[in-house]
Amino acid sequence: MIKVLHPGFYTTIQDLGRKDFQHLGVPMSGAMDMHAAKMANAILGNDTDCAVLEITMVGPKLEFNCETNIIVTGANLAPKINTTIVKNNTLINVNKGDILSFGTPINGFRAYLAVTGGFQSEIILNSRSMYQSITKASKLNKGDEIKIHTKSHISKKYSAIKMDSNYLNDNVISVFKGPEFHLMNNEQLNKLFNQEFTVSKENNRMAYQLQELVTNNLKGIITSLVLPGTVQLTPFGKLMVLMRDCQTTGGYPRVLQLLEASINLLSQKRVGDKIKFKLKAL
Amino acid sequence: MKKFKLQYKPFGEHSILIEWPQIISENVLKSVLLYKQKLENFEFKQKVYIKHAYNSILVSYSSTINNIYDEILTLKSILYEGFDSEHNDSILWKVPVCYDLEFGLDLEEISLKNNLEISKIIELHTNENYLVYFIGFLPGFLYLGGLDKKIHFPRKSTPRMQIEKGAVAIGGSQTGIYPNESPGGWNIIGSTPIEFFNVQKENPCFAKAGDKIQFISVSKVDYDQIASSIATHDYIIESEVIDD
Repeated sequence: MIKVLHPGFYTTIQDLGRKDFQHLGVPMSGAMDMHAAKMANAILGNDTDCAVLEITMVGPKLEFNCETNIIVTGANLAPKINTTIVKNNTLINVNKGDILSFGTPINGFRAYLAVTGGFQSEIILNSRSMYQSITKASKLNKGDEIKIHTKSHISKKYSAIKMDSNYLNDNVISVFKGPEFHLMNNEQLNKLFNQEFTVSKENNRMAYQLQELVTNNLKGIITSLVLPGTVQLTPFGKLMVLMRDCQTTGGYPRVLQLLEASINLLSQKRVGDKIKFKLKAL
Repeated sequence: MKKFKLQYKPFGEHSILIEWPQIISENVLKSVLLYKQKLENFEFKQKVYIKHAYNSILVSYSSTINNIYDEILTLKSILYEGFDSEHNDSILWKVPVCYDLEFGLDLEEISLKNNLEISKIIELHTNENYLVYFIGFLPGFLYLGGLDKKIHFPRKSTPRMQIEKGAVAIGGSQTGIYPNESPGGWNIIGSTPIEFFNVQKENPCFAKAGDKIQFISVSKVDYDQIASSIATHDYIIESEVIDD
């Protein structure tokens, strides 16, 4: 078991998300940086659908009530076991009573904590991913206790997989054409692909809004389907990049679609960070 | 059935979007649902997730599509050769709504601006059988068609921070039910005790696209009684099969 002494800024339990229920209007959810979450599980020798903690900017303080192995991937939020600084992407053995805490963020925005066997929270609609109105809680709170497997259940197979965190420094967001791409004029295209965009303070698990406006004369569309990674252009000229907790449908023109790897990368950006779009052919 | 010109578009690494003309109509929906059923009956080489909206279907593959243009050809062949033997009955669901002012927070404003007695608004709202086009926006939120023009009413310029679960509302030319507490900009005219989304149930949402919804006006006393029967799992919503 793990006890939450302090929940941090915004810490949630995430796995691969709920793919089976979009037709009922249920968001996909799942780890924002799916690559980092999958790598954490892979290095520990976990199944790929094991639940991890998604830690946003300011990390939590967690006490382990049993021995286990853990790993932190994604953002470098200066993790510490008791008073010892530990490294990202490296398997760590923790003992009963050990406390994991985090310091001042160094690089990236979202870190992932995996434990051997995964976090054993309630499965709702085939997933442990937290989402308001689906799971009981939408984030971790002080005093929460999360079940994990004790060491006797731990399999010993360690992986030789290595994770490279260099992607955190990239700022090129690769995109395909979205369904309404062809409605844009040259001026809009020019702006989209030749200008830097800044992550606005409206950024969360549902969507990242960008600060710079793109003059918009496009008509809205009849409400249609959207995906994580869909870039919508609002009547006000705002670009809104939908993320993992996005609604299943929307009525704004869908001008671009991020590649999976770019959704992961954008998840690591925070307010003020600059990005550039790069168009890829399918 | 009327034939529509369809467009097939790649949508990211994993999905293909099939689009009908930009029209909201029962005929388009029928065509969408027929194609969707054929897709659901087809044995794809990998797991696919199929969802639809007013005039579109999105087919999402669990892994990257090898050759998107080959896959589009496969989808096209399913439209012409696929089977749709499984007949899915459409159901008319009778949804009790209490239109008391205690719930219908915006009834007086609609009454004033649309120059209609409140009783007339309720009559117009309960007269129609609304077609369920699809579920989206929130878990269990039904997109309904068929609202009488006389009770169209623009969305609020500033949305409410919190709308209660079960609120029945009008937003522009649409009417709907908030399946859970949520912020929202629609005008609230009543409340239903019926649950439109329950994660504890094997099928979390009882209604499906192609079904119809009829609102039945009930008193506060009946509303409370239905709410307590729902709490003890003793309530079965009234419904009937619709003959095509």
